[in-house]
Amino acid sequence: MNTSLDLHALYRAMLLTRLLDERLWQLNRQGKAHFAVPVAGHEGVAGYAFALDHARDYMLPHYRDLAALVAWGLTPREIFLSLFAKLNDLSSAGRQMFAHWSLPDRRVLSLSSPQPNHVTHAVGIALAGKIRRENIVVWTGFGEGSSSKGDIHESMNFAAIHKLPVIFCCENNRYAISVPQEKQMAVQNVADRAAGYGMPGVVVNGAHALEVYECAREAIERARRGDGPTFIEIKVYRFMPHTSNDDDRRYRSREEVDAARLNDPVVLLREKLIAEKLWDAARDTALQKDLHAEIDEGQAFAEASPSPTAADAFTNVYAT
Amino acid sequence: MAIKTFLESIRDTMHDEMARDERVFVLGEDVGVTGGVFRATEGLYEKFGADRAIDTPLAELSIIGIAIGAAAVGMRPIAEIQFADFIHPAFDQIVNEAAKMRYRSNAGWECPLVIRTPYGGGVHGGLYHSQSIEAFFCHSPGLYVVAPSTPRDAKGLLLSAIRNPDPVLFLEHKKLYRSIKGEVPDGEYTIPLGRADVKRAGSDITAIAYGAMLHETLNAAEQLAREGIEVEVVDLRTLFPLDRETILTSVRKTSKVCIIHEDTKTMGLGAEVAAIISEEAFGDLDAPIRRVTGPDLPGIPFNETGEHAFLPNAEKIATALRELARY
Ligand SMILES: Cc1ncc(C[n+]2csc(CCOP(=O)(O)OP(=O)(O)O)c2C)c(N)n1
Ligand SMILES: [Mg+2]
Repeated sequence: MNTSLDLHALYRAMLLTRLLDERLWQLNRQGKAHFAVPVAGHEGVAGYAFALDHARDYMLPHYRDLAALVAWGLTPREIFLSLFAKLNDLSSAGRQMFAHWSLPDRRVLSLSSPQPNHVTHAVGIALAGKIRRENIVVWTGFGEGSSSKGDIHESMNFAAIHKLPVIFCCENNRYAISVPQEKQMAVQNVADRAAGYGMPGVVVNGAHALEVYECAREAIERARRGDGPTFIEIKVYRFMPHTSNDDDRRYRSREEVDAARLNDPVVLLREKLIAEKLWDAARDTALQKDLHAEIDEGQAFAEASPSPTAADAFTNVYAT
Repeated sequence: MAIKTFLESIRDTMHDEMARDERVFVLGEDVGVTGGVFRATEGLYEKFGADRAIDTPLAELSIIGIAIGAAAVGMRPIAEIQFADFIHPAFDQIVNEAAKMRYRSNAGWECPLVIRTPYGGGVHGGLYHSQSIEAFFCHSPGLYVVAPSTPRDAKGLLLSAIRNPDPVLFLEHKKLYRSIKGEVPDGEYTIPLGRADVKRAGSDITAIAYGAMLHETLNAAEQLAREGIEVEVVDLRTLFPLDRETILTSVRKTSKVCIIHEDTKTMGLGAEVAAIISEEAFGDLDAPIRRVTGPDLPGIPFNETGEHAFLPNAEKIATALRELARY
């Protein structure tokens, strides 16, 4: 275990994400936010954000990677500004739907809706890094559903040819909206495909953030050494509907969801920390209180901030 | 001032800009070692190395997607799509990613990308080596679409395109590559994107064209001049955004308009140009607007008769112009 990993920071990011996720959903149900993308069950991805170098690496995450973004420094204020599509939303000034992140100051390239269009961009950033002889690593995430599209094939192929420092991270939650894995692919593991491109393919249990971290660290070290890309498949389960516009009762049983919830990444990490005497119930209660306060403050801040005017829709089409 | 072919002008411009700016690199199928199937990138691999003249797999989506990523972090990629007919797998990347990058990030990111691609017919290319694709892409604000017709313009526009902070689709009519020669001023000069050019002054009719059809139109104008009809020929040069001012100024002068393009007629560039004129200069018109275009067919036939039947040429244009003059 890398001792430089701050376990408390990891847990804090995951717990904050869970509490945020609940709030975002509530606000949508109250009619205060047009769109929410639940991430509960995916919080283990925070592990990879801790393995990257925040000062130089790039992150082009899956849209369900709120936990990784929170670990990467995305704040509740910023999240609520996006949720409410406010003018000061850093990602898009309220132009894009929620969860389409863009953090120019933190090397998160603007993400679109068509999946997984950003994966080729990750390869392009890594290529630029190679041409300029920068020692950067580019992380890119996508769902197993999106891995069916040709972008992934072309990206993995090119990255492997040029030994580019890209980590392809497939979050396999077994569903593309309603379509189950067995209707998406004939293989058990998406990572099996990695061999066909000449790169390692690794499967990791996303319920355990520390395993995600370890696996990410190895892949990142390999990439930084110049040994090329790695494909990581994180097995997760999405506890909530696909988005606020989905009703998951149409395609999966409550029993299945309840069973999956027994492997809750936030709970599993908390229990592990407690078992190792690194945490206790009192500290947890105090932390939850702090995080709720932070969330309340971020929400209030965003609610009070200005919305775009009609004129704001007409700027930044071209540079001049 | 040197005399160069259209192709040489494009090649030399890339060479000079790569020498001047180390952020510029080319990528695409066969653009490295062999210098491109049309030889547009010949010599770049030898001069700048494999890192800056990158032979890619046959995979257009990722040629553009990778270029977008590199552009976003400060490189100046020039992506070549070997034939415009094969650009469609990258349509999503161009329209949904490159063209929207600035807008959707509220200028947090930009996409200084040039996509060069040979297009157009008249070289026995059949259905899939002859297409005109501009209309698909002229419907995508955020993107520039440029189509030069002379070696001089090719240089000035390509330099502008490479230095432009927004994405540019740079359409090179493949029939012009070796058939058109012209004077190209030495040294650096740019021609601003979004500006049309009056290639021939005249007072009787305005003929609006671009690319290979510009030359057919100039030929037609020559014929009509011998008959005493003076045709003003406007070269659009940038197809999106259009230079409304130059179009309207000419139309107000001549009062008669013919729009010429090789692309198929319906929903083609001519439709938009005609709409601009009827919205802005209806009262100045003395005749209905004419269009001389490719017919609404799925493609250009390989056989010579079919290809000829498809393509507008100086004769067909001259006939339309004469009718317009008589109206
Ligand atoms: C190209 C494209 N097709 C369809 C959609 C609509 N869509 C959005 S998310 C999604 C499912 C994606 O599933 P997956 O990649 O497994 O990610 P998950 O939502 O499960 O995390 C679909 C079909 C899209 N965004 N892009
Ligand atoms: Mg999925």
